Formats: sequence, C-alpha cells, structure tokens
Amino acid sequence: MRLYGTGLTLSYDKRVVARDLDVTIPDGSFTVIIGPNACGKSTMLRALARMLKPRAGAVHLDGSVITSLPSKEVARRLGLLPQSSIVPDGITVADLVGRGRYPHQRMMRQWSREDEAAVAAAMESTDVTELADRCVDELSGGQRQRVWLAMALAQETPILLLDEPTTFLDIAHQIEVLDLCADLHEQGRTLVAVLHDLNQACRYATHLIVMRDGRIVAEGDPSTIVTTDLVREVFELRCEIIEDPQSGTPLIVPETRRRAPVRT
Amino acid sequence: MIAPPSAPAGKSGRPTGPPPTALRLRSWSLRLSPRGLVTGTAIAVLGLAVSLVALSVGEFTVPIRDIVAALFGEGPPVAELIVNRLRAPRIVTGLLVGAAFGLSGAIFQSLTRNPLGSPDFVGLTSGAATGGIAAVVLGGSAWQIAGASLAGCVAGALAVYALAFQRGVQGYRLILVGIGVNALLISADWYMLTRADISDAATAGAWITGSLGGRGWEHAIPVACAMAVLLPACAWLSRPLRMMEMGDDSARAMGVRVEPVRAAAIAVGVLLCGVATAATGPVIFVAMAAPQLARRISRSPGVTLVISALTGATLLVGADLAAQRLFAPVQLPVGIMTAAIGGVYLVFLLRRERR
Repeated sequence: MRLYGTGLTLSYDKRVVARDLDVTIPDGSFTVIIGPNACGKSTMLRALARMLKPRAGAVHLDGSVITSLPSKEVARRLGLLPQSSIVPDGITVADLVGRGRYPHQRMMRQWSREDEAAVAAAMESTDVTELADRCVDELSGGQRQRVWLAMALAQETPILLLDEPTTFLDIAHQIEVLDLCADLHEQGRTLVAVLHDLNQACRYATHLIVMRDGRIVAEGDPSTIVTTDLVREVFELRCEIIEDPQSGTPLIVPETRRRAPVRT
Repeated sequence: MIAPPSAPAGKSGRPTGPPPTALRLRSWSLRLSPRGLVTGTAIAVLGLAVSLVALSVGEFTVPIRDIVAALFGEGPPVAELIVNRLRAPRIVTGLLVGAAFGLSGAIFQSLTRNPLGSPDFVGLTSGAATGGIAAVVLGGSAWQIAGASLAGCVAGALAVYALAFQRGVQGYRLILVGIGVNALLISADWYMLTRADISDAATAGAWITGSLGGRGWEHAIPVACAMAVLLPACAWLSRPLRMMEMGDDSARAMGVRVEPVRAAAIAVGVLLCGVATAATGPVIFVAMAAPQLARRISRSPGVTLVISALTGATLLVGADLAAQRLFAPVQLPVGIMTAAIGGVYLVFLLRRERR
C-alpha cells in the first residue's frame, strides 16, 4: 500500500481528536471517508496529507515516513484539495491552474513544456479550457471548484486527497464534481475524499471508511458494509436501505416520526 | 470547435491580460507575462526619466548633455560637483530606499494578504522611528541614529511577531497586534519628544519625517550593499510567497514549507525596511502604496515583487523631486510629500474597495 497511517494520535493543541488510529488507503481505490460531524474524518485526511503532524504514530507514503520526505517530493506524489482556499485577486483560470505545477518547477525551470502540457490536460479533463482567460473571482461555485480540481490535477500526482469537495455546491454541481472524480479514478488515480452525504458516498466509493468519535467503525465495499445497524450505530439514525435505482448501491432512506407531512 | 470567448472585463472593469509565455533555453525556462514585462520596462524608464530630471533641475540647472558628460567624468567642473557629489548620491539613495520600501511592503502585504499589512502599520516603521528618536535624544551620531533605527525596526518586528504568534502567525492577528504596538511606540515617541531638549526635539522631528536632504554616497553605499544580499533572497522567496497567497494549506499541499518561508520572508522584509529607514528616516506610505499601485498597473494577480520595487523607487524619487521643486525655494522633506499623497491614496483605495 502506498499510503497508510499507523498508531495515529491526532490533536489540535490539547484536544485529542483520535487516538491510536490505523488507516490504510487501498491503491487504485476511490476511498470515501464518512461519519457524523466532529468524528475526525477531516482531521484524519489532513494527517494523511501531512497538513497535521500526528502527536504519535506516523503516516507512511511509499514506504517512508511522510514527514521525512522533502516536501516538494511529497507534492509530486500526493495532492490535496483543501476545504477552502483563497483566490488571489484578479487571477485568471489558466494562471491558477498553472500554479499546480509548483512542485515540478525550480527557480531556473519555471515553465517547461511539460508544465504547459499538464495544465492543458488538466483544464481539458475538468472542462474549464473555455474559461482559461476568465477571472476566477467571477465564476460560479461549481465552475470554481472545477478550477481548483484542475489545479490539483495539474500537479499530476498519482494520489489525490479531497477535503469535502462538494460542500457549498448545489446538488447538480455536487453530482458534476463527483462524476468528474469518478472519471479521474477510472483513469488510474487513487482518490480519497471526505464527504457528508452517505448516499453519494455509497454511490461513488470503491472503498468506504466509516468513522465515529475518532475511530474507524467499518470499512470496505459500501454494498457489503452499509447496513441499517451500522447507520443507527454511527449516525444515530433509524433508516431503511434500498437499492439505488441508478447505481445499484445502497440508498439510505431515513425513518421519520411522522407518516406524512401535515399540511394546514 | 468553438473559439474560446474573448477575455471579458473583470469584476472591477479590468480586462485580463494575455496568457503568460516562457523564455526557454535547454532545460531552463523563465516565466514572463507580456504585460508584466511591458509595465516593468515602462516604470523603469519613467524612474530613469524622473532621475534625470532630478539630476538636472534645482537651484542650479545642469543641462542634460552636461549631466551625461559629468557622469562619465568629462563635464564642466561645476556640473561634475553638482551632479556627482550632490544630486547623484541623493537620487541613488532615493531609488534604493524606494525599492527597499516597495519590496518590504510587497512582502508584508503578500504575507498578510492585506494592503494594511504594510511595514507602516505593523510596527516596523514606528519601531525604527522610536529607535531613531531615542538615539537623537541621547545625543547619538548620524551612524548611531541609523543603527538605532535599524535596531528599533527589528525590535518592533520581533515584538509584533512574538505577540501575534499563536500556533503560527496569521495575517489578521499580525495587523491587529501591529496597530497596538504602533500606538504604544508613538506614545513613547511623544514622551521622548516632550522630555527632550528643544534642539534635540527639533532634530528628532526632522528625522522622523524622513528626508533625502543631504544624503551622500556614504548613505547610498551601505543601502546598496544590503540590497545586493537581500535582492537574491527576494527572488528566491517570490515563488513560494505567491503560493502562500492561496492559503497555507494549498501552499503546503504544493510542497511549500510554509513556516520557514514565512519566517525568512519576515526577516527579509524587516531588514529591507530597517536598512531603508536607517538611510532616510521613516518615509511612510511608499511601502504601502508601491505594491498596490504596482498590482493595479501590471494587472497581475497577487503581489509582484519586481514591479513593486520599481514602483517604490520611482515613487520616492518622484516625490522627492516634487518636495524640492513644488514650493521652491522652500525644500520639504520627502516624508511630508509621501504622507500627504499617502493619505489621499489610502482614502481613494478604501473607497474603491468598499464598492
């Protein structure tokens, strides 16, 4: 396995989020991490992306402790789309995507032909080529997220981590971004995403990691691990599980106290 | 195939420039934006033109052809004296100090992602002023005053950094703490001025406005030496700094070592500001305005170091020329000119951003 963590204790200052956590990302998978709010899913992703130094334990990338590798070297193998990034004032789409080439560049090699090709390919696959000369701050939320994805793609890393890539997007754009992620996975990348929506997670994940209170409660193929018991245990939600008519994956239908909406 | 849409006007009506191109030689490549190149050259030419005018005009006008001859040591003796001994060192000091202020401002504005994150606001300029005043009041020599202002600048920066530090330094905290430290230092300034002997107070008052008056090669050369070291550091910092404008996480994900880069950038920014202040006294506003003007003229995203340096140099020499000639024969210190323009520009900027 290229990316895994062992014995991770993760904390922000004094507040410990997870203790003695082991996690493995299967090579070539589309791994989705899911769990209720404050279960530590984003924290774990940040640790895997070496944004957060574990208090104990270590994250390993290609057999080395990730913090012992040069940071640009890591950035050529593992990319991260953070939950929120700042758009520099007045930057164009092409410029922003071009910044994804940073780990491949040096002071005396600022813009090689490979850089140019990688940026063109990244914009093509996220369908933002036509927006190349537009200012990023005038784009819609969905377009903007595609541009950030393009930047992460231009980095050309075999492993890509995504921290809640669909937050702040409306449902149509959520599906658009997730479909795009599935395409990227099909092209051979290992993807790891933190998502909020259990149904979307079931639909897109090839490997699902379910977390609660800083522990991994279940992991594996969504169709085999997602049960009514698991949903009740993790989310404290009673539900029915049916087959997603589109994808054949589990579809969670929450129970309600009411039988039908009361109209007055 | 649908043609890509032509570049539409940006949010504030600015069209986006043509795509950047690269200069390549074997495995080497340099990234250049045509617009950046054109504006950079234009500002440099303007700076040189202003410098030439400043060399020429004054109480005693030297014709341009005599200036060129004098610079090569072949002019009339009077022209040589005026140009080489009096005006050239003043202008060279002005260009270097302006560039240093411009770079220092660009670095701090980039780090804080805020135009108000300039040395003028985060305790550097006022630290230098307090150091300088203390040296004047204690009867220091010109060199001691310069040294004390450099030390004051570094001390002000350390105080702000230490007070703002909390699991790393965030831009907003840096500004707020800087404003607080600024206020403290200004009250210390006034305390010293009210307690000082009247002639010392007058000297200190003249010094803290910031002036290029009477600057000779002994001022220009130390600044030039410092710049020879700090400019390569700026070149090295410019690319990681640009990545950090997208947020620490994004920069880290791209392989930028955020904390060391930030510490190095702060050190370089402080030294630039400190060296510049030691040479001329605290000339305010250049560090704030130069990067903002540079960004608007070049229409480049984020903060640009090279154009900020060129703009700062041109601005300071231009303001000094205006300060000398506008109310001639009365000569104003350049600091008064930059402060006056600064107030107007700051209001203009804030009104524009509000909309």
